[in-house]
Amino acid sequence: MFALADVNSFYASCESVFRPDLRGKPIVVLSSNDGCVIARNGLAKLQNIKMGMPWFQLKNARLSEKVHVFSSNFELYASLSNRVMAHIEEMAPRVEQYSIDEMFLDISGIDSCIDYEVFGNQLREHVKSGTGLTIGIGGGISKTLAKSAQWASKEWPQFRGVLVLTPNNRRRTEKLLSLQPVAEVWGVGNRIAKKLATMGITTALQLAQANPSFIRRNFSVVLERTVRELNGESCISLEEAPPAKQQIICSRSFGERITIYESMRQAVCQYAERAAEKLRGERQYCRHISVFVKTSPFAVNEPYYGNVASERLLTPTRDTRDIIAAAMKALDRIWREGHRYAKAGIMLNDFTPTGISQLNLFDEVQPHADSDQLMKVLDQINHSGLGKVWFAGRGIAPEWQMKREMLSPAYTTRWSDIPTARLT
Amino acid sequence: MLTFITPAPAPETQTSPLFTECCPAGFPSPAADYTEAELDLNDYCIRRRSSTYFVRALGDSMNDLGLHSGDLMIVDKAERAIHGDIVIAEIDGEFTVKRLLLTPRVALQPMNPAYPTLYPDPEHLQVFGVVMSFIHKTRSAG
Repeated sequence: MFALADVNSFYASCESVFRPDLRGKPIVVLSSNDGCVIARNGLAKLQNIKMGMPWFQLKNARLSEKVHVFSSNFELYASLSNRVMAHIEEMAPRVEQYSIDEMFLDISGIDSCIDYEVFGNQLREHVKSGTGLTIGIGGGISKTLAKSAQWASKEWPQFRGVLVLTPNNRRRTEKLLSLQPVAEVWGVGNRIAKKLATMGITTALQLAQANPSFIRRNFSVVLERTVRELNGESCISLEEAPPAKQQIICSRSFGERITIYESMRQAVCQYAERAAEKLRGERQYCRHISVFVKTSPFAVNEPYYGNVASERLLTPTRDTRDIIAAAMKALDRIWREGHRYAKAGIMLNDFTPTGISQLNLFDEVQPHADSDQLMKVLDQINHSGLGKVWFAGRGIAPEWQMKREMLSPAYTTRWSDIPTARLT
Repeated sequence: MLTFITPAPAPETQTSPLFTECCPAGFPSPAADYTEAELDLNDYCIRRRSSTYFVRALGDSMNDLGLHSGDLMIVDKAERAIHGDIVIAEIDGEFTVKRLLLTPRVALQPMNPAYPTLYPDPEHLQVFGVVMSFIHKTRSAG
């Protein structure tokens, strides 16, 4: 039995944890370089601000209420994500982090002592009390069903953020799947949904009722597994899970606790390598690398220690060596002797898509300042809002320093940035 | 009512350290296993890392607690505030440091006696967290 815990409007919510003046106000977060909207809270959604809306468009839009805009603050998000994870791990022994704001829990057997939805509500309370962030919980006998349940818990407020689909109430599950558009099913997405629509499959229920072999022949083994998961067969592991939107996470619980620095280095190196591979598979570059380590919160006679550190790179990379180097630097900041570590992991953030590869450009083309063609391409890239390119010979152009004009303080990771409270 | 306790379907292997010392019954060994590590302020000040945040005090320092402007407060957000606790309260969109009273009614006492006590509506009172300890640096920052 799986549960999926998902933080509501994660980036936007993080921005209001230390800003009591922003409670109940519309908040929007922009992509790196202040390019476009990558997160909005509920109130901003009401203002019809869409995901991916370019910043210059939003800046000039007429809005009925003032919207608070922030540049993405991955240091803050990684720190708060780690805290949410730590809280969840205190209540469930088997937790896997899927993305920066989504965690899968194995809650098998919990119903022997507590009702699933009561547990879900306790979990929500616990995370909120320690982080100020609200999570939604969906439960099901497969990860895909848990994700559908979580979608439903957000879609219909009467569930109050917690919905668990139990196998003994198949009708409830089918009712819900009949109301879920197939594009919202985990791993489906708009492209596959379009093709499914041509075959008359528009709801999650219809997909569940499709013939698995037919799906495998016309789509992929991955979608076939989705069909089987919708029918209650758990067959997707986190390794083969559909990629998370804007992060890559590689982490493992250790079979045997790690106490030696060298062993931890090796483990983190391995995760860095795999993460870099996945990154290249997604055709992305990243600029932000976090490493987290933790001991078991359930170990007897052992003080709990969990920590996270991030490295921000000047230029986006997908080179394994760069990612390993950054991961090692981060690990060195949080490694503490004398602990028996139960888990470690790496998270890659702040992606930019392929096509902004300065290095490739220099390899293939000798930059001649007079070359009109080249200039045209450069200009196109520089004005696309997706990134900037410059000539190596010029040194790092000041314009390249990423625009983060509306960056909030690193409230939990920098002494100079901690929140203040008035004495009077 | 019978309570059924079911074994975990996939139990994780548990390892336990093996004690190489024999413990004579009735008398604890003076050489009993203990870890010696350098004292760490984190262990002294922080009970729950995952819900602990650092907040800096700012403003008029006249108070009986000895809490000065610039001091570092260690705040546990998950701690349920009790009567007499120093808390970070959210008032008018700002974090403020107050002493919380719960009897005879909910009240927020200012750090400086020259300022008025507030009597917020208990339903709408927002407390960010409880100040568990604070650190005052005796030498000014250099």
